[in-house]
Amino acid sequence: MKSDSLSTTSSFEPVLTRNIHRPGSEKIETYLGNGGYRAARRALERTPAEIIQLIKDSGLRGRGGAGFPAGVKWEFMPRDASQKYLAVNTDEGEPGTFKDREIVERDPHQVIEGALIAAYAVGAGRAFVYIRGEFFLGVKRWTKAIADAYEHGFLGKNILKSGFDLEMSVHRGAGAYICGEETAMLESLEGKPGNPRLKPPYPAQAGLFGLPTLVHNIETLACIPHIIERGPDWFAGIGTAQSKGPKIFSVSGHVNRPGNYELPLGVTLREIIYTHAGGVRDGRRLKAVIPGGASTPIMTAMQIDVPMAFETLRAAGSELGTGAVIVMDETTCMVEVARRLTRFFSHESCGRCVPCRIGSVRLYEALERVERGQGEIPDIDRILELAHGIGGITFCPMGTALVNPARSAIKCFRNEFEDHVRKGHCVVSRRAFRGGPDGKDSHRR
Amino acid sequence: MGVKLQTLTDPKKRAMLLSALYIAQEQFGWLSPEALERVAGRLGLSIGQVRSTASFYTMFRLEPKGRYHVQVCEGLSCYLAGGAEPIVDHLVRRLGIRPGETTKDGTFSLEIVQCLAACDLSPGMKINDELYGCLKLETIDALLDDLTQRAVER
Repeated sequence: MKSDSLSTTSSFEPVLTRNIHRPGSEKIETYLGNGGYRAARRALERTPAEIIQLIKDSGLRGRGGAGFPAGVKWEFMPRDASQKYLAVNTDEGEPGTFKDREIVERDPHQVIEGALIAAYAVGAGRAFVYIRGEFFLGVKRWTKAIADAYEHGFLGKNILKSGFDLEMSVHRGAGAYICGEETAMLESLEGKPGNPRLKPPYPAQAGLFGLPTLVHNIETLACIPHIIERGPDWFAGIGTAQSKGPKIFSVSGHVNRPGNYELPLGVTLREIIYTHAGGVRDGRRLKAVIPGGASTPIMTAMQIDVPMAFETLRAAGSELGTGAVIVMDETTCMVEVARRLTRFFSHESCGRCVPCRIGSVRLYEALERVERGQGEIPDIDRILELAHGIGGITFCPMGTALVNPARSAIKCFRNEFEDHVRKGHCVVSRRAFRGGPDGKDSHRR
Repeated sequence: MGVKLQTLTDPKKRAMLLSALYIAQEQFGWLSPEALERVAGRLGLSIGQVRSTASFYTMFRLEPKGRYHVQVCEGLSCYLAGGAEPIVDHLVRRLGIRPGETTKDGTFSLEIVQCLAACDLSPGMKINDELYGCLKLETIDALLDDLTQRAVER
């Protein structure tokens, strides 16, 4: 399959990633040399209410997966509370996603500047950065960037003589996917196991240590200086009706050029895969795509002209999620894809509620049976029944996330599940591999 | 070391728990029962509070690991790039240990981990805190040779 549509985005000017290929892009000198912290200066001269209005006008929606309008979230923060917090989410764990790692390793000051503006707008005097434990370089870069920002007067007391104070510190997670969920992250920041909290109350009402807390993904914060600099109309002029601005898409799997690509929201999957990521590897045919990270439903090669936006992907039966595009060619076994992703979610269940803790394991076991050719035809409907019993009823969004791979794989590729059962092995995958923790052969033949 | 019964927990001290566990793990190599008790004593927390946090997170080691802790990603993107099981199989043969085990001389331990957020560099793995991407079996061999050599020279 080749691209037959003309590219509309190859001339798109990157904004969030404009500095990352410069040598020493992580340094404050490089950032300042390219107009860095100018937006913060301008923002601090305006009133917090004006900044909130600008962000609302821009149409910015959260980039961490849920897509909640940022300006609305800022308005939820109480105005009268004396102490408020900002929590900066760098706990990137959604399989397929690697944009936050690149931002924090290569341009952390962009995030600090965005955090400073957000904290000023909602009146938060203390910012807690939570970073995934595995991001060793990221921790070093965050720590150094914050120290340099203090030294240059962009953090600390009376920032740029505005009278506004902001303290910021880095906190390292220790390996738990669930801590990317905002309330689990707050629990982790408090030193507890990362079990999600019941909402409401939302973090804006009662967050970290019970105080009003604004929580943002770092890509969301990275957008803010640019909205201040270029204006909300510039931002709202990019994208679709309900999805505005530039977005970083992490592309991996069977493509020639995996990597992060910053493109306008509304770009099609076809364009991302064929124009930017170099097409499918080894000249093979495209089979399936996961558009927004492991928890978003799988789509078929027939659906790649859907624009990558919150509303259009939802209408197509999937989600934008984190914008992590995982590309699979014709040699990919979709039963194995569902098995592998479900294994991830059952491993990462925090164990708090039964449908997720037990259900994910039962779901995985059923998928493993089918994958090994030991299943029965009714197992396929049993998987769907199980998924129905888990999705949407768990304590946190994890339940819905964990059933998406199995449910969407069966919806789009049911014949492959049936083939596994009837023939006792896979007829798609050309790759020999070992299945399951006890080392029994499955696909090997 | 005995731990006093705590009636009140200082939330600020409890918030230091993950950092304290990292420091203890760095010092002792792993989080032994004694190390956990020491952390509890220092922060004024109960051993239950410390243990529940330490056991929740995968990066805290409640048993000793090798000097070089090899962590192979089994995520979907690494699998699609030819990684995951073939790399694990190779390491099992080469090191003579299974996932979750440590070599007799204590040099290497092997673990299967989830997505490392480096899917552009698939297939990938980590050795201690260092990330290695775009792996081939030959590069893994060269890397292990180098680390084995360093362990001998030490």
